[in-house]
Amino acid sequence: MKKLINDPRAVVDESVEGFGMAHADIVDVHPEPKFVVRKGAPVAGKVALVSGGGSGHEPLHAGFVGLGMLDAAVPGAVFTSPTPDQIIPATVAVDSGAGVVHIVKNYTGDVLNFETAAEMAQAEGVHVRSVLVNDDVAVEDSLYTAGRRGVGGTVMVEKIAGASAQRGDDLDTVTAIAERVVANVRTMGVALSGCTVPHAGTPSFELADDEIEIGIGIHGEPGRHRIAMESADAITDRLLEPVLEDLALASGEKVLLFVNGMGGTPQSELYIVYRRAVQVLAERGVTVERSLVGNYVTSLEMQGCSVSVLRLDDELTRLWDAPVHTAALRWGA
Amino acid sequence: MGLDVNWALDWLKLSAKAMSEHRMELIELDRAIGDSDHGENMDRGFQAVLQKVEETPPETPGAALKAAAMTLMSKVGGAAGPLYGTAYLRAATSLGEAADIDAEALAEALAAARDGVVARGKAELGDKTMIDAWTPAVEAARTAAAGGSDPLGVLEAAAEAAETGAIATDPLVARKGRASYLGERSAGHRDPGAASTALLLRAAAAAAGSSDTGTDAV
Repeated sequence: MKKLINDPRAVVDESVEGFGMAHADIVDVHPEPKFVVRKGAPVAGKVALVSGGGSGHEPLHAGFVGLGMLDAAVPGAVFTSPTPDQIIPATVAVDSGAGVVHIVKNYTGDVLNFETAAEMAQAEGVHVRSVLVNDDVAVEDSLYTAGRRGVGGTVMVEKIAGASAQRGDDLDTVTAIAERVVANVRTMGVALSGCTVPHAGTPSFELADDEIEIGIGIHGEPGRHRIAMESADAITDRLLEPVLEDLALASGEKVLLFVNGMGGTPQSELYIVYRRAVQVLAERGVTVERSLVGNYVTSLEMQGCSVSVLRLDDELTRLWDAPVHTAALRWGA
Repeated sequence: MGLDVNWALDWLKLSAKAMSEHRMELIELDRAIGDSDHGENMDRGFQAVLQKVEETPPETPGAALKAAAMTLMSKVGGAAGPLYGTAYLRAATSLGEAADIDAEALAEALAAARDGVVARGKAELGDKTMIDAWTPAVEAARTAAAGGSDPLGVLEAAAEAAETGAIATDPLVARKGRASYLGERSAGHRDPGAASTALLLRAAAAAAGSSDTGTDAV
C-alpha cells in the first residue's frame, strides 16, 4: 500500500484539519467531536441542512458545506458512519430555530446513527427531519437487502435542498423538495479497481486486468457482478439502462446528467462516458438540461465512475442554478 | 454464587483484548463482504470502553454494561456501534441495580440484549447477521439456566452456541447489512458481526472463570 499519509489512524483528523485550513473563508472545523460547519452558522431564520457519513468520499460531504448547500457535515472514520456524539452537536450548532434536515445516505450504519442523533436532538428542542437518499439502482431486490444505497444522487439532493433552504423555504418545504429529488434521481456505478482502506492495508477487492465490477457502492464493497472489461460506450450503456428503466423517462423530458468519478479515474475518461450518455438519452428523446462531471462522491482511489440521472422540472432546475459557494461546487456567488 | 461487578469489568477487559487480538481477522471477514471497518471499529470502541470504566468505576454489573453501551453508541459509528450499544444497554436495564447476578437473571439479560439488536437492526434469524450468533446463544443460555446451571455454565453454553451460530453463517446469503448488496456472492463467507458476538460471549465466559477457549469463531 502506497498512500500519502502519516499514520493510518490519523488520516481523517489530518485531512479534515487541512480542509479547514484550505477553506477557512467558507467553513469552521470543530476538532472534538469532529464536525464542519458553514462560517457564520446558524444563519438567522434559515432551515439548516446537515449531512455526514464515512470519510473516504471526499469532497462529499464537507466539500459541500457553505452558502446554498449544507450548513454542517459530520465525517466519520473511513467508510464508517459518524456517531451521535458528533451529529448532535453539529445539529444544535447550525439550528437557527427554523429546524434542521438530516440528509442521510441509506446505509445501515448511517441510518442507525442519524436516527439516534435525531431523537436526541429533538429532545434538546431542535426540530429535525430526516431525508433518506437511496438512488442506487444496483441493489435490485429491496425486500431481501438493506435497501438501495445512497450514492451519487446525494450531491443533487444536497444542492437542491440547500438552495430551497437558502431562499427561505420552511422545514416542511425543504424536506419535501429534498424528497422530490430523491424520488427522481437514480444512479449506477462501475469499478475498474478496488480501493484500499488505510487501516486495512489491502485492497477491498481485486480485479484482474480484464475485469470490471458492475453495481458497486461507494465503500469499496464489491458489486453485484463481475464482467469482462468493455469499451467506455458499452459500459455507459450498461450503467444507463437500469437507471433509465427505473426512472421510466418519457420522450420530451428534461434531465440533469451527472457523471461522477470514484476517485482514481481521470476527468478525460469521465467526459467519454458523459458523451455516450448524452447520445443514449438523445436517442430516447430526453434532453440533458444540466450537467455535472467530476469526482464528487468518491471511494478513496478507486477507478471507476457512476452515472446519475435526475428528472428535472422548472423548479428543480432553478434551484440547481441558484448560487452556491462551497469548497467543491461554486457558481453564481 | 452469582456474578458481581468484577465479572462485568473482567468481561469488558477480556472483550477489549479479544477485539484487539482479532482485529485483523474481523477486518478480513468484513473486507470479503463488507467495507473492512468492523475489526477497527470494535477495537477502537472497546479501548474507549476500558478508558471509560477506568475513569468512572461502576459499582454494579448493570452500571458497567451501561457505561459500555453509552461509549459504544457514541464512539464507534458504523452499524456495530448502535447495535452493540443497544445490546449492552438493554442487558444493563434488564440487570437493574443488582449487585449479584444469578443464572436466570443472566439468561434474561442476554435475551434482552438480543431483543435490542433485533429492534434496532430489524434482522431475523438466517439473515446472516449477528442475530445468527445471538439467538442460539440466548436459547442455550435459557436452557442451561432452566436446567440448573450456574452462571458460568450459562455463559459457556451461550458462547458455545454463538460460535456454532457464527460458523453456520458461512453458507448463508445476506439479507441485511452491507453484505446484502452482494446477493448470492455473500455466501461462503462468515458474517463479521456474528463472529464478533461469539468472541464477546466467549470473553464473558472467560471472565466468569471458564478455561474453555472455544472453537475458532473467526
